[in-house]
Amino acid sequence: MILEALIGFTFLAALLVLLAPNAWAGRLAFALSTVPFVGSLYLWSRFDAVGNALTGGTIAFESRYEWVEVGGRTVSWFVGLDGISLPLVVLTTFLVPLAILSAWTPVDTRQSQFYGLMLFMEANLLGVFTALDFFLWFVFWEAVLVPMYFLIGVWGGPRRKYAAIKFFVYTNAASLLMFIGFMSLTFALGDSIGSLALPEITQAIADGGLETWFGISPGRIAMVAFLATFAGFAVKVPIVPFHTWLPDAHVEAPTPVSVLLAGVLLKMGTYALLRFNFTMLPEQASALAVPIAAIAVISVIYGAMLALAQKDLKRIVAYSSVSSMGYVILGLVVFTEYGVGGATFQMVAHGLISGLMFMAVGVVYNATHTRMVGDMAGMADRMPVTVGILVAGAFGYMGLPLMAGFAGEFFIFVGAFGAPSLPYAPVFTALAMFGIVIVAGYLLSAMQKTLFGPFRLETDYEIGRAPFHDVAPLAVLLAAIVVLGVAPDLFFEMIRDAAMPVVEGVSVDV
Amino acid sequence: MSNALPAWSALSPALLLGLTGLALLLVDTIRPNERSNTSMALVSALGALASLSVTVWFVVAGTGHADTGGAITLLEGAVKVDTLALFFTAIFASVTALVVVAAHDYFHDHANPAAFYSLTLFAATGMALLAVANSLAVVFVALEMVSLPSYALVAFLKKDRGSVEAGLKYFLVGALSSAVFLFGISLVYAATGSLIFGEVASGIESLGSLAGVAGIGIVMIVGGVAFKTASVPFHFWAPEAYEGAPAPVSAFLSSASKAAGFVVAFRVFTEAFPLGASLAAGIDWALAFAVVAAVTMTLGNFAAAVQEEVKRMLAYSSIGHAGYALIGLAALSSGSAGNEAVMGAAMAHLLVYGFMNTGAFLFVALAERWGIGRTFEDYAGLARRAPVACTAMAVFMFSLAGLPPFAGFFSKYFLFMGAIENGFLWLAGLGAVNSVISLYYYSRVVRAMFLDDPATPSALDAIDVRPTALYAAVVFAAVATVLLLPGFGPVIEAAEAAAEGVIAASGSF
Repeated sequence: MILEALIGFTFLAALLVLLAPNAWAGRLAFALSTVPFVGSLYLWSRFDAVGNALTGGTIAFESRYEWVEVGGRTVSWFVGLDGISLPLVVLTTFLVPLAILSAWTPVDTRQSQFYGLMLFMEANLLGVFTALDFFLWFVFWEAVLVPMYFLIGVWGGPRRKYAAIKFFVYTNAASLLMFIGFMSLTFALGDSIGSLALPEITQAIADGGLETWFGISPGRIAMVAFLATFAGFAVKVPIVPFHTWLPDAHVEAPTPVSVLLAGVLLKMGTYALLRFNFTMLPEQASALAVPIAAIAVISVIYGAMLALAQKDLKRIVAYSSVSSMGYVILGLVVFTEYGVGGATFQMVAHGLISGLMFMAVGVVYNATHTRMVGDMAGMADRMPVTVGILVAGAFGYMGLPLMAGFAGEFFIFVGAFGAPSLPYAPVFTALAMFGIVIVAGYLLSAMQKTLFGPFRLETDYEIGRAPFHDVAPLAVLLAAIVVLGVAPDLFFEMIRDAAMPVVEGVSVDV
Repeated sequence: MSNALPAWSALSPALLLGLTGLALLLVDTIRPNERSNTSMALVSALGALASLSVTVWFVVAGTGHADTGGAITLLEGAVKVDTLALFFTAIFASVTALVVVAAHDYFHDHANPAAFYSLTLFAATGMALLAVANSLAVVFVALEMVSLPSYALVAFLKKDRGSVEAGLKYFLVGALSSAVFLFGISLVYAATGSLIFGEVASGIESLGSLAGVAGIGIVMIVGGVAFKTASVPFHFWAPEAYEGAPAPVSAFLSSASKAAGFVVAFRVFTEAFPLGASLAAGIDWALAFAVVAAVTMTLGNFAAAVQEEVKRMLAYSSIGHAGYALIGLAALSSGSAGNEAVMGAAMAHLLVYGFMNTGAFLFVALAERWGIGRTFEDYAGLARRAPVACTAMAVFMFSLAGLPPFAGFFSKYFLFMGAIENGFLWLAGLGAVNSVISLYYYSRVVRAMFLDDPATPSALDAIDVRPTALYAAVVFAAVATVLLLPGFGPVIEAAEAAAEGVIAASGSF
């Protein structure tokens, strides 16, 4: 019941904030959004899952009610947590209050609608990470798009309409492709499944339940389904060449929305890849390991190169997300304990770090009203605390030891280097590591130009100290990044426990 | 528990609608000075709601269901109350209630609103009769009882050229298709020797050399159904009529009247022309419906995509949805176990459609009440001044497009899954592609309302009133569209029970 309470409370909070007057909608939203965070900490303290939820492990906080029946298969309200989903739930409930706090300064119109939509999105995100029935999961998955569309389209920058519609069309088309791919899989499973529950489907596939359907052989259906779902999720992640919606959406979105977009929404894609492609169809994944690893490495390098060419601070951070997500894909495809575990850990770490970066850039933008690298210099003199945290965050991005980003990338590289199931693993890993150098290059050069040196600003805004409610979330995020970097086992233990069955699903011919 | 009641009481949903219409006329005739728009609207809404409550009670109690003694036949078998009839009566009564409530504000300054309410209720009575018709003669009489008030309703704003023109066009096409339909009935009668569905079905099994006559008759009946459901090739009245008619009337016609066409189709083609017997006689009406469905959904969606006026876009989208619902007949195959599922899904889709489409047209009614323009551009920035109504409209648009958090997703999903399970992968695929196209034009409305800036700063000043009843109807429809997602279980169960009832009644399907 506790998960229902968590999601239900967030929905109610969204409704309450929508009806609140604009004047104190922000404060109300922040107060209400701390409750789910406390709730998720409670979940963490009582967490007792063993293994992976999909492969027959013990599911924590499991609850299941039958909903409807379609074509002889029951669709249920089926939620639960395991070591992969709990860290993401905690990440979501942690980032939302901070994002709301960071919205107090920049959002100055239709506040109640803005904060209401943020909470509405949080509720649906929690649904995505807890749902264990395909249908329920898909409803939440799609429901995330609607508030995002409005958040970008109404409160965004000058080209917000274009960005909102591009985001909506891209991700919707991707969802449809994914939906069709997955549905063909369930049809091919025939009578071997009695519901659309993900654990049941996973186990039916593992037991060889796929049958010939419409004259297509099981192996081919599994491959088509893998490709369709992979392409569908790749848009969300995003992986090169499906990434073009991301910079537009990020640049036009208001800062707090960018924080959630980079921090949580991109993780929906990698989470779904892990759950569906790599856990349900491991044979297809390992058959395609080389091309997938190749796109992962291309994402890492190409994303970083694109970031290198940008002048807009927000665009730099946006493209570097493409790069970071490439590491996650690489970690998943190697099918080792540290690879899959590290990829999951990196999802959380990147959520925190990219959230911090977007928020810090937002604070600078609130003061200067520009994000262009050439338009300002020497910001460190005027906003020492903000700049200090921004620099720390950038070092986190570059993988400085004792910060969360280091732990995530380190795990991935350790897992990837000697991966037995991926041919040429050392080559791929070495190439991906090269990405870090480029990241360091563009982040350091952008920071040097904007933050240090003598003060100069193209716009004629007075620069003062940023308000406390702008800086506080930065500090909290930085603290979390350091804590997770020093003690990765806070999450890594449970992640590894849930990742092991995924890795064992792949038989390696050595 | 309903067994204790006399058998005629099974007709009480239809009777309640008819009596309410008569009561309105009576008051209007005897005390013309004491009628008021409010009391008229109130009485008609109460009548519709009473009918809805009785219907829902009957469905829950299982009246006419196989478990409680089977369908109740009355009047020498000319009328039959079963789950199918009750399910559709529930759609008619809900839509009628929404429309009359909204009309209270729409016709606030009209000289004679009583005529509107009574005509609407008489049309609804005709629909409820269509749902229980068990003979081709009753079908025709009830169909005319729906059509005649509808013509008058479309032309209700008699000083408005658009309304009168629409009424005339609707009447001409309607008269033609009635003639075609009637001729079809006479041919079927000539070939089978009966008008009662069950006897027609046994006649179909032994047609002999008359198979050609019956075949032409059935094709003509398909034409009549196509008119009522606004499907290709008798669809072209729909955009004209829906656009020209007062918006509450458009809502009524495109939701309830369309569903009325479908209840006829579902019953006649299962009970009177069972697919197995028809195929044996060389009449493959499922193929005819498959072609009609494919063309209708594609044409409706492509035409909707190029419209500049919201109301006309909704009119074409309503044609597209007729195409989806026709899958419920097109994807049937003789003896298949999946027939109940796909037909039930089509019925459930019509129920969900009853709320989301009525709501969308009622939002247009709200816009007309405010006097803002008809095009997408005129809707720009509306959300700033009317956030609640615009949120409701966004719900309708996303639900019509079939996006997941809303009920429209579920009903389309069940429909397409049913078609696939029954072996009609191509029809489901075409439906899915059309749904994606539809997202384009539905999202244009949302974009205009929420993202675009108003053309002039004073453009929004037209929003000077908050008509309570219209708002209530729009918001209620939106809440229903959302709540039908978690509450889809009972709906689809009732719909499948209804489909099972008619398919079982046809004996050898």
